[in-house]
Amino acid sequence: MTKSPRSDPLDAVTRDETVCVIPIRVQEDILRARQSSRGAAAAIGFGTVDQTRLATVVSELARNILTYAGTGECRVVSRLTPVERSIVIEMEDSGPGIDDIADAMMPGYSTGGGLGLGLPAVHKLMDHMSVETRPGRTLIQASMARRR
Amino acid sequence: MRVPILRLGRVLLTSLPSDLTDQQVMDLQIDALALIQAGKADGLVIDITAADVVDSYMARMLSETAKMVTIMGGIAVLAGMRPAVALTLVEMGQNMIHMETAFDLEGGVAKVARLVASRGGRHDEVPTV
Ligand SMILES: Nc1ncnc2c1ncn2[C@@H]1O[C@H](COP(=O)(O)OP(=O)(O)OP(=O)(O)O)[C@@H](O)[C@H]1O
Ligand SMILES: [Mg+2]
Repeated sequence: MTKSPRSDPLDAVTRDETVCVIPIRVQEDILRARQSSRGAAAAIGFGTVDQTRLATVVSELARNILTYAGTGECRVVSRLTPVERSIVIEMEDSGPGIDDIADAMMPGYSTGGGLGLGLPAVHKLMDHMSVETRPGRTLIQASMARRR
Repeated sequence: MRVPILRLGRVLLTSLPSDLTDQQVMDLQIDALALIQAGKADGLVIDITAADVVDSYMARMLSETAKMVTIMGGIAVLAGMRPAVALTLVEMGQNMIHMETAFDLEGGVAKVARLVASRGGRHDEVPTV
């Protein structure tokens, strides 16, 4: 796990951004990623319920990486601006990609014998979610923002 | 490391740690079912006070374990869910948890005792006349 401030010369004055990178290779990494997201959220003042939503989302996405792609990476980006605090979860892998994203987002759809509720849950628990996928690369971004 | 299962009379008790791996959840299911099958208990109370995340995998494993215990003639109760976890599960949609629940460990044990009594003991026990 590495933590580093992302330098952004344009708005370095108004923005304070921290990125935490967690490689996803084994089951324990799901726990590590979960703890990082919770910690990052707590550090910028998110409440218990939001911390729980974020940790749950990270858990779903990290497990999907282990199940469907083998390995990947989780990035937890936390931003603090004068008006809002936000967390962006970025999950990236170089696995086979998601065949049909519309299907995958439907509750109950699973190619792995799961409940098929992981991706729909991410969509419901976060404010925004985007998926970029093709064979060889999948990037899922999900964010949550709160006014300060 | 396997999650320990304690026995209090004819009820099995287990407290899930917050940092539980998928493998540990699976082992716990196997261990609990083996103890019930061996006739050592009528029920199981799973305390999740320490669990700060219950995701779809965990929800599925818990519900599945409860279903197996029920089919075998026992009762499984989930106890002590944190409010934030309950709220998150509700927001995730669907009915994620399909099992008996109680506020805490004590309530869980009482629920097992009550449900076992109302059914007249273990299914495989011939009532003594
Ligand atoms: N990183 C990924 N790479 C490839 N396919 C994926 C990835 N993540 C999800 N998928 C596909 O999308 C489907 C839906 O994912 P989702 O997390 O909603 O359900 P699930 O993992 O099958 O079950 P659950 O999460 O409820 O245990 C998966 O079954 C899989 O086919
Ligand atoms: Mg999933």
